[in-house]
Amino acid sequence: MVMPQIKEAVNVTDMPQSDNAVVARKVSKTYGDVEALRELSLEFPRGQLTSLLGPSGCGKTTLLKIIAGLLKPNSGEIEVNGKPVTGPGPDRAFVFQDFALMPWANVLRNVAFGLELRGVAKSEREAVAEKYIAEVGLAGFEKSYPHQLSGGMRQRVGLARALSVDADVLLMDEPFSAVDEQTRRKFQEDLLNLVQHENKTFIFVTHSIEEAVYVSDQIAILLPRPSRVSEIIRPTDLRHKNVDNIRRDPEYLDIVDSIWASLRSYVE
Amino acid sequence: MKRRSLWLKIISAAVLFGAWQIAGMIPVSYAFPTFFESMAALVRMAFDGTLLMAYIETLRPLVVGVGISAVLGIGLGLWIGLSARFDWLFSPIFIVMQAAPLAALIPLLVMAYGIGLTSKVFVVCIMAMPVIVLNTASAVRNTPASLKEMGRSFLASDRMIMLRIIIPAASPVIFSGLRLGVSAGFIGAVLAELKITPTGVGDIITYSRSIADYPAMYAAIFSIILLAVLFLNFLERLEVYLFEGNVRGYASD
Ligand SMILES: Nc1ncnc2c1ncn2[C@@H]1O[C@H](COP(=O)(O)OP(=O)(O)O)[C@@H](O)[C@H]1O
Ligand SMILES: [Mg+2]
Repeated sequence: MVMPQIKEAVNVTDMPQSDNAVVARKVSKTYGDVEALRELSLEFPRGQLTSLLGPSGCGKTTLLKIIAGLLKPNSGEIEVNGKPVTGPGPDRAFVFQDFALMPWANVLRNVAFGLELRGVAKSEREAVAEKYIAEVGLAGFEKSYPHQLSGGMRQRVGLARALSVDADVLLMDEPFSAVDEQTRRKFQEDLLNLVQHENKTFIFVTHSIEEAVYVSDQIAILLPRPSRVSEIIRPTDLRHKNVDNIRRDPEYLDIVDSIWASLRSYVE
Repeated sequence: MKRRSLWLKIISAAVLFGAWQIAGMIPVSYAFPTFFESMAALVRMAFDGTLLMAYIETLRPLVVGVGISAVLGIGLGLWIGLSARFDWLFSPIFIVMQAAPLAALIPLLVMAYGIGLTSKVFVVCIMAMPVIVLNTASAVRNTPASLKEMGRSFLASDRMIMLRIIIPAASPVIFSGLRLGVSAGFIGAVLAELKITPTGVGDIITYSRSIADYPAMYAAIFSIILLAVLFLNFLERLEVYLFEGNVRGYASD
């Protein structure tokens, strides 16, 4: 009864896709008898933020790690900038759900670590790291160790590390799930800024409907195992509205509702 | 914080020595000298050169044995931790070694290697190596998967992951293995001198007991414990110096 109304609010258009940074083609992945992904296909437009949204255990992390080249799919392929992925590459950088910071290294070394592994000279990589540390709002904490920082600050370190290698594609696995609600909102605003100002493609995993609608140019809804893309939603009009009012925008609320309507049947 | 822990050390030492002094004054046993008698004997031996000569003897198997155990033990531990096949092949040996009654093995060692330095080095190694190997291996096996994954995603080679992620991540447990191994090595060195041929500190202990010079005997025992404590403190410093953030806590705390 409500459905038609919702469909109207949601913009399920197939916009002309001129340029995709990442393309997934019929990707399947099984772990033993667990079939995590089945023939999943999805396109990630360049310069935009695409969210992978779905309940826990539906294979979001798996897909992200396959795109990162950390996992091999059983079949299907991933293309980044038109080239098939065979392993990790300099065109992609990962932001980890659990931060994955080295406890024995201070903020500066953690942020510069990607460049350190690439053999960039110390003074040069530290200059780059300092720039991104300031950009994520951690200036003054260069010499601190991870255990001295709050969860939100640790994730900023993870983000700065990913930014400092200057990859085209940023892969973020529920980056805000381990931080408190206030910090999380601030993060979401910062992320919108980042998408606008950095010329990068963002692939963002979340299980929060509100978060996905708030930050995304495109939302891919994944349904539980074996996972495929059940629906693609583009809250295009929202992106042109004032960030401060998005959460009160009727369109925002409609999209949130309609996504919940599609997902609720999968939640017991 | 540093200050307070120093005071704690001094206080606990004072309590211990006080108890020793009182126990010696009661006396608990006629063979138990007081703290001050023992210290007097220690100073006397330090100045007449007895201690120096003794330690030149004792330190040789100790340093060689602990050195071999540390280098070989950490190397083998890394290998065992990284390779399941190596684990299958070597872990049992070290588990048996750790459990073996050393006193029963000493006659075999003497038969095979005589009563010289080699046998003593073996005793030190048998004492020190297993815990170093087993700790290192388990630390390596327990490297957080997400850190290794982080390394791979930022294009680290296997060698880089080993040197810059696995080893630093494992270092707290490796160091605790080293500390336990070194303590066991000290025990092994003295044990070797008591059980194989009385030389060095073991000789002072054996000889002074035989002539009932108990203060000298306790002074010798005390000196070796003191040396062990000093060395363990040095290891701790080294760890702080090498892996500062590790020592102060973990990101997952
Ligand atoms: N290494 C693994 N071995 C076995 N099963 C796994 C492994 N990793 C993930 N899975 C399973 O695959 C499914 C998808 O996992 P994941 O991609 O982590 O989901 P999500 O990130 O959406 O929560 C889950 O059912 C999970 O139990
Ligand atoms: Mg996940």
